[in-house]
Amino acid sequence: MQIHPILAALRKHKIPALLIVLEIALACAVLCNAVFMIGARISEIHLPNGVDENGISVIGVQGIDPATANADIPRDLAALREIPGVTGAAAFNMIPLGNSGWNSDIGTSPDALMAKDSPNVAEYMFTKGGPDAMGLRLLQGRFFNDAEYADSKLGGNYMPTAHVVVVTQSLAEFLWPDASALGKQIWVGKENSYTVVGVIADVLRPGENGGGVAHFHWATFMPVSAAAGIQAYVVRSAPQDRARVIRAGVARLEALSPSVVVDAKTFSEIRDKYFADTCSMVWMLALVCVVMLAVTAFGIVGLTSFWVGQRRRQIGIRRAVGANRAHILQYFQTENFLLSTAGVAVGMLLAFGINLYLMRHYQTLRMPWYYLPVSAIALWLLGQLAVLGPALRAASVPPVVATRSV
Amino acid sequence: MFGYYLDLARRSFRHNRVLTALMVLALGLGIGASITTLTVLKLLSGDPLPQKSVRLYAPEINPLSKDSTTPAARLWEGWGNLMTYTDAMNLLHARKAARQSVMALTQAKVAPQEAGQRPFFSNGVIATSDFFAMFDAAFQYGGAWSADDDEGRAHVAVIAGFLNDKLFGGQNSVGKILRINEHDYRIVGVLKPWAPQPRFYATSLGGRGYGNGDAVFMPLQAAVVDKMNPQNVNCFDTGFDVEHLDTAPCAWVSLWVELASTADADAYKTFLSSYVAQQISLGRMHHPETNLPDLMGYLAQQRVVPDDARLQANLAFGFLLICIVNTVGLLLAKCLRRSREIGVRRALGASRGAIFAQFMVESGMIGAAGGVLGLIFAELGLWAIRHQPAEYAGLAHLDLTMFAATFVVALIASLIAGLLPAWRACVVAPAPQLKAA
Repeated sequence: MQIHPILAALRKHKIPALLIVLEIALACAVLCNAVFMIGARISEIHLPNGVDENGISVIGVQGIDPATANADIPRDLAALREIPGVTGAAAFNMIPLGNSGWNSDIGTSPDALMAKDSPNVAEYMFTKGGPDAMGLRLLQGRFFNDAEYADSKLGGNYMPTAHVVVVTQSLAEFLWPDASALGKQIWVGKENSYTVVGVIADVLRPGENGGGVAHFHWATFMPVSAAAGIQAYVVRSAPQDRARVIRAGVARLEALSPSVVVDAKTFSEIRDKYFADTCSMVWMLALVCVVMLAVTAFGIVGLTSFWVGQRRRQIGIRRAVGANRAHILQYFQTENFLLSTAGVAVGMLLAFGINLYLMRHYQTLRMPWYYLPVSAIALWLLGQLAVLGPALRAASVPPVVATRSV
Repeated sequence: MFGYYLDLARRSFRHNRVLTALMVLALGLGIGASITTLTVLKLLSGDPLPQKSVRLYAPEINPLSKDSTTPAARLWEGWGNLMTYTDAMNLLHARKAARQSVMALTQAKVAPQEAGQRPFFSNGVIATSDFFAMFDAAFQYGGAWSADDDEGRAHVAVIAGFLNDKLFGGQNSVGKILRINEHDYRIVGVLKPWAPQPRFYATSLGGRGYGNGDAVFMPLQAAVVDKMNPQNVNCFDTGFDVEHLDTAPCAWVSLWVELASTADADAYKTFLSSYVAQQISLGRMHHPETNLPDLMGYLAQQRVVPDDARLQANLAFGFLLICIVNTVGLLLAKCLRRSREIGVRRALGASRGAIFAQFMVESGMIGAAGGVLGLIFAELGLWAIRHQPAEYAGLAHLDLTMFAATFVVALIASLIAGLLPAWRACVVAPAPQLKAA
């Protein structure tokens, strides 16, 4: 296939050719970035979360009297554990993806606290039975013993008086990259220190908290005895029992204390609510990509059809002097390939530029390089697909056209 | 002449139905997407109190401890005008502004009147008395409490109209008693519907940025006595006790001031600096930086508009650009195919200007059709957004300006798209075209 005659012909149709190149370039640039954004959001939705997501329900009680909370909460938990099918129940101060929670800047020594990069972590606290109720997965060390739960009181600074803590694997690796975390100290304020006794599989924070995906697994877990503020009851059961457990749990709690407000959800509902915005953004981006590609394809079909129509005589002459159908088909396909290549080349530059702009003005990461060739291939295929119809019509032009004057 | 061009355009459309439909569809999609995202963006970045916003200011100080290395500008990005109770009350009692109010948000447990009904939680605001006058919250019944009620820790409350409807069937409830968090509050006022968007006063206090208004309003000092929990507490030093938030080294209230002119704002800024300098000399504070953004400046600093909404708008305009390029291409193809017709018209005496006008009218008509289609797509898009879970979803409606903007955008887009083809059409030389025929 000779490229020279194609280039010569394109030189005669500079503007339509440039328009196709421009359209492909824009489509490539938008597609790269949109697909990248879709990918980033989907990976956020699929971040690992080391709890029994399908088995837990959360029953929140608001309006507990702080004076009697240390008696009310164990009574409520006992009532929840009596429900048939419940395999664990404990009170937590907050829930992964629950969207509100307690956070602190921590340090590995009192002096490290005020350093600029002292990590901000989510502080989970729970009563006895918490690890089982939530389904936390221990990787190293141990969870807490009965005495540690019983002796730990929630102080006026929202910190427990215990001196033990369990951390997530991501946080352990960040704080002590080269050593085991077990036995190390964490400081929260200059008067509170905690010894790491266990490391668990990563658990998500209640919310992203401005740190981005990189900090989404930074969390500590501490034992605490019942107190006001520790009043999200996590109840574990088989997935199919959750609806029944919630109904029974709400009824029991409302009967026990008429003045509290009870609000119950399965963890799946909490997760869906947290990621609802992200999901709708993914769908919106995907829809725009599909419609954009369709518009681009129709644009190519339209322009190429016009082109074919205009060159019927030339095609006829080529056929008459010996070109077969395959030659004509190849001609238009090669032409489209050249235009697509030019468009994709410009488009990749544009995509890179847009990504730089987004990085400066939004919380967007650098686009990995492989998005560029993948989008390029997608647009090449789209171009070939779009040109196929008009090219086949061109190939079916009979040689006799050359002999007619009109 | 215009009518004749319209007729020509109509004939040409009928001649190339598929091509025309494609152009209108592409333009309609691009315009629909752009108008949908623009409507959302306009809604989100709007001025919550248009008649007042230039006079409202958010004083910002840096209360962090001595060894903190956080730069003040970064602190304000996260905290806004959040400050400690002590500082806020000092600034409030100085009364250096025309109006000033200290506020926080709380979840208020409201017990209904009828026995047997369960209590429910409502969004509550705890604030000092100027809140209503300063933020243009108008009353349906009664009025605000007084500054004396503030200082006297009076148990009085203002409730929103929708809560009044729910609890008292919309009757005048002034003087009635409402049980909030196990304490009795006497209702002194019922608000007319009031829900500025964005909820500028709530963003630093841990509230939602958009959505329904608050239900219950109570005097700050009384709420402190009753130990109502503020929704956002940021403690920056050790040795605090949340049982005594009024003295704790924790930022949990925000201060807003109303200043009549920029000269007053300059004076207030000087006052703020001198206050901080005085506190530093007392050893209470350690960082001299202060800031006094006005309401719109504050909203920009707090990045209230979600990034996703701005990204969507950018994306939609990228998409519209592609649709316009697409329309240019298709219009060009169409008009070059009609070279012969143009040649005939030129030979019969039509000027270049006439040909140009004819083709611009044709693209304008495509634009108008694209606008109508775009409007349908925009309504569809907004309908879809209203069914989204986002907190601003319910507010997404096409207003009159955006309705008009749809057609302006459509017309401009199509005329831009038409320029190149029309120019190509009017430079067609008549002789070769006629000869070829």
